[in-house]
Amino acid sequence: MKRVIQFKLNGVDTEAYVEDNVTMVNFLRQQMHLPGTKRGCGEGECGACTIMLDGEPVTSCMMLAVEANNHDIVTIEGIAKDGVLHPVQKEFIDKWALQCGFCTPGMIMSAVALLGRNPNPTEYEIRDAIAGNLCRCTGYAKIVEAIGAAAEVIRKGV
Amino acid sequence: MSLPRFEYISAKSLEEAAGLKAKRGDASVVMAGGTDIIPLMKDRVIMPDYVIDLKEIPGLQRLECVPGEGLYIGCLTKLRAVETSEMVRKEFPAVAHAAHCVASTQIRCKGTMVGNICNASPSCDTGPIEIVMNAVYKTVSASDPGREIPAVEFFTGVKKTALKPGELVREIYIPQLGPGEGAAYSKHAVRKAMDLAIIGVASWVKMDDDKIADCRIAVGGAAVTPIRAHSAEGILKGRQFTDELLERAAVAAAECCHPISDVRASAEYRADMVRVFTKRSFKKALQDMKPQEGRRTE
Repeated sequence: MKRVIQFKLNGVDTEAYVEDNVTMVNFLRQQMHLPGTKRGCGEGECGACTIMLDGEPVTSCMMLAVEANNHDIVTIEGIAKDGVLHPVQKEFIDKWALQCGFCTPGMIMSAVALLGRNPNPTEYEIRDAIAGNLCRCTGYAKIVEAIGAAAEVIRKGV
Repeated sequence: MSLPRFEYISAKSLEEAAGLKAKRGDASVVMAGGTDIIPLMKDRVIMPDYVIDLKEIPGLQRLECVPGEGLYIGCLTKLRAVETSEMVRKEFPAVAHAAHCVASTQIRCKGTMVGNICNASPSCDTGPIEIVMNAVYKTVSASDPGREIPAVEFFTGVKKTALKPGELVREIYIPQLGPGEGAAYSKHAVRKAMDLAIIGVASWVKMDDDKIADCRIAVGGAAVTPIRAHSAEGILKGRQFTDELLERAAVAAAECCHPISDVRASAEYRADMVRVFTKRSFKKALQDMKPQEGRRTE
């Protein structure tokens, strides 16, 4: 069955016509043409498809598109504001926190969510926040470093 | 990894959802967070014609500690809410910890605690702690006013519960810890996150001075359901706490399990880890115990 859903997508009121059995990640990539959200395992294990649902990070492969009705969705495409990168994005670049880049959008979503509620995380809290994001290049050390550096930037309000 | 075709129904009330579930039976599945049923549908383990979503029903996100009673957790309350609540962390630290043990932040932001128990995985992280804390599941039903199911009677098999067709869990109730009571859940897994428990042990203890007035121990991942380790409890009850006594009880807990060998661990290893983690969880319960009445806390 198909139905109309109304939701906020990266700050913009959006209306779409979706099939009941389409997952959020497929809907975003194929119908909304937002390929920044990556589809990895499709089982909620790898975190590559992490998006924000009402400000909380969720794996979009474990969500139906119809569930977005009347909710607020933010994808990696909505993290930079007016062409200015978010501190997390900037630090990922500066600290070389990406190799192949496939996990990066999900990592950044988890990191932005963490720093939104805790701008002064310990290393444990950073690792806990990205425990549901797998980096197959195993570049975790740089990722943790970048998130810590972004936290500092946010705290200083630069 | 596409989903089979189904019709999505956003229920307006829990009673409506229970009625729909009773009418459609196995051709339907009830969804709260969806983090257990979506993978099952992708793998074609279940192929329902109808997915009944509870998410838009108002008033089911309760997370409240009623003084003198205990903690109420609604069927749409996210694991993440339970885990991060200051009130739960302070008054029910073992419950907050068990919630944190489930999967990852992303899953806990979507998945609910009621969903975790209704999925009834033998290694589910929130079952053992709810069993030892004498939690009660309040249900609604299509055909009657609903009932209260003690957590210890809820799990009946792998992915099987005491729920009747058309019966849904509305709320979890966990009694408050009294003076001299403590509880803890200790999980054993390879990774700290996004990993199913090899085994997990929960303990609840009531101390009277140095004597164990009462206790309950429950083990997950070591039988088809989370189980009570009655023989271990019997060894501890009424006796003065010593490390030797706890070792004897831990051996008894390992002996009352019926673990399987699988990709995570062998049956022998699981049983031995039940012994180890029984000790850890019991000691953690003692450590986190509420001060006894009439005794000064150091």
